[in-house]
Amino acid sequence: MSGTYLGMPAFPRAARAAVADTQLRRNLEHATGTIRGRRAEVVAELDDWAELRAAGAAIKDHTLRHLDRYLVQLEEAITAAGGTVHWARDAAEANRIITDLVRETGETEVVKVKSMATQEIGLNDALAEAGIMAWETDLAELIVQLDRDRPSHILVPAIHRNRAEIREIFRRAMADVPADLSDDATALAEAARRHLRRKFLAARVAVSGVNFAVAETGTLVVLESEGNGRMCLTMPDTLISVVGIEKLVPTWADLEVFLQLLPRSSTAERMNPYTSTWTGVHPGDGPQALHVVLVDNGRTGVLADRVGRQALRCIRCSACLNVCPVYERVGGHAYGSVYPGPIGAILTPQLRGTAGPLEASLPYASTLCGACYEVCPVAIDIPEVLVHLRAKAVDAKRRRVLPTAERAAMAAAAWTLGGPRRLGMAQRAAARARRLVGRLRWPLTGWAESRDVPTPAPESFRAWWRRTRGRTE
Amino acid sequence: MRIGLFITCFNDTLFPRTGKAVTALLERLGHTVVFPAEQTCCGQMHLNTGYQREAIPLVRRFARAFADLDAIVTPSASCAGTVRDHHARVAESAGDDRLATEVADIAPRVYELTEFLVDVLGVTDVGAAFPHRVTYHPTCHSLRALRLGDRPLRLLREVRGIELVDLPHADECCGFGGTFAMKNPDVSVAMGTDKLRHVLSTRAEVLCAADNSCLMHLGGLLSRLRAGTRVMHLAEILAAEEKAMSPARPHHRAPGARRTEHV
Ligand code: SF4
Repeated sequence: MSGTYLGMPAFPRAARAAVADTQLRRNLEHATGTIRGRRAEVVAELDDWAELRAAGAAIKDHTLRHLDRYLVQLEEAITAAGGTVHWARDAAEANRIITDLVRETGETEVVKVKSMATQEIGLNDALAEAGIMAWETDLAELIVQLDRDRPSHILVPAIHRNRAEIREIFRRAMADVPADLSDDATALAEAARRHLRRKFLAARVAVSGVNFAVAETGTLVVLESEGNGRMCLTMPDTLISVVGIEKLVPTWADLEVFLQLLPRSSTAERMNPYTSTWTGVHPGDGPQALHVVLVDNGRTGVLADRVGRQALRCIRCSACLNVCPVYERVGGHAYGSVYPGPIGAILTPQLRGTAGPLEASLPYASTLCGACYEVCPVAIDIPEVLVHLRAKAVDAKRRRVLPTAERAAMAAAAWTLGGPRRLGMAQRAAARARRLVGRLRWPLTGWAESRDVPTPAPESFRAWWRRTRGRTE
Repeated sequence: MRIGLFITCFNDTLFPRTGKAVTALLERLGHTVVFPAEQTCCGQMHLNTGYQREAIPLVRRFARAFADLDAIVTPSASCAGTVRDHHARVAESAGDDRLATEVADIAPRVYELTEFLVDVLGVTDVGAAFPHRVTYHPTCHSLRALRLGDRPLRLLREVRGIELVDLPHADECCGFGGTFAMKNPDVSVAMGTDKLRHVLSTRAEVLCAADNSCLMHLGGLLSRLRAGTRVMHLAEILAAEEKAMSPARPHHRAPGARRTEHV
């Protein structure tokens, strides 16, 4: 599997291969099933969860509405505390800024804190092109990197791998691994720890993302489980933090809400083991140079969409992935983006546009079962956005002279349903052809491959009513 | 109380016996049911697939057909959900204030069958008899859009002779999802297969639900597998009586099998 998402096929095609991958199916069933149960337990412990969730949504909405103001406030606070703020319109600009910043230090290696924003902009590849090696230090992210694979989950990028596979990856790609490495979880973690410890001690530059940026003080916040992030954030001389512009919260009081929502939703913990916060630079303590790169990369476009903008509330907890029945069968790769699952299905087409076959197919990669909306800690109505994106796609095609087959079928259905006489006629025609319908393949190919096709009733309900009850209302 | 039956276009055409069951059931409970002939469809398929504009006349027609009824009862959780949760938005997007008022007026009077029985009529024992081993699948719209909760189970528990067994992992989607079943057939079938694994583990003879659409998907898989378990809308179980206890025929005709009547 290559490290890039370019030229990905539409979701149904990628999904076909994924559902046939038996090991992937069993890994995902186990992993998502476990985390789903644990999340439900820790969320049920709080009797004010509904209020917290509403508060989380309201704070994010407020911040997004006044984003211009809060971004400036953040920049001023960071600058006042001794940091430097850079603005990046898109991925290319962000990568250029970061590459230049690393070059200025003269270093050719950086350590990285697990970060979705840097994945989104493809930073590692951009740095590699400039001769700079970026080492992932999150355990699961490291596994993916060593395997030259792509992440398949927001929180657990190697969720598609089991321990035996991870041992093989380590043996193959980790230079300093013991020859007799077992697939015991402790042994694997120990091997990774020794490998990473050498990187931490040598690194002079670190790159991080952030979970939150507090506008009032210019403070950046990372929540993590392993402590590897803390190493990156404190030991190097230079810290470059990449921040999607939707990561802002106005105040520390607002942050409190999210520090309750995020751990319970993502790792099913009451509190995550490590919460790091940093504000500018402090002589003799921690990195002496702090660069903050604020990245738009399509976000202001999303903000302009009245329905779609709620996707920007996302705090990347991955609860929606873990409950999604489609994700559970397919895994993350078929979504063709660092954002898989339900949130990916609404975020990727909005950030990248729907010109490509993959992006255009994502709004349909859902049964609209609603499980994602129910667990989302910031109440993003994902089914609502999916349907909205479908409607936008349909409306964009209306300008074409020749209708698509689907549009023709939908128009025909709407005409048939336009009145009881038309519907009755269609029902009688279907009843006459009912034996044929059972054998129909096209246009029901996708259905009939594995499922029997129901036959229309010989007499519709309305015909039965008229025959047995005479006149209707 | 004037009770109008909203049959839904899908049941009207493919599963009329569900409509007959609802009618028989409500009449057995002493009510008169009317069938407004002007009704066709709530627009769910169009709305969920992104054809909002095509849905506008359907919403208009729905509002007109059911305007003067006290209660509108439907054997479909997903269509009830469409009317209650989406018609208002359609009216708004059409910029039609009168329609918006009509829709807001009608929505609270639309009930899925088990809601109507339990909440409005206040019954759980509807006098049914169905001596079979049955499991109930709460469809996503039953569960998350309408929040039917245990209403269907309370009704089923009172059915004489029934052997009701819990469905493991009941709250997981079956994989139907309307056009999803056609646009993403592989994932749809994978989800359906996992659902069936749980259904078959109950060793139930009958799988029931409040939506024939999901049952059509699961029933289509079951009959293809010759699994020996059939699907039935729960209205048909609630309508079943002591005297008419011959097993109902399967929804689906196996290819190559002799013709089976649908009524
Ligand atoms: S959409 Fe909601 S549930 Fe999904 S990752 Fe974002 S915050 Fe979490």
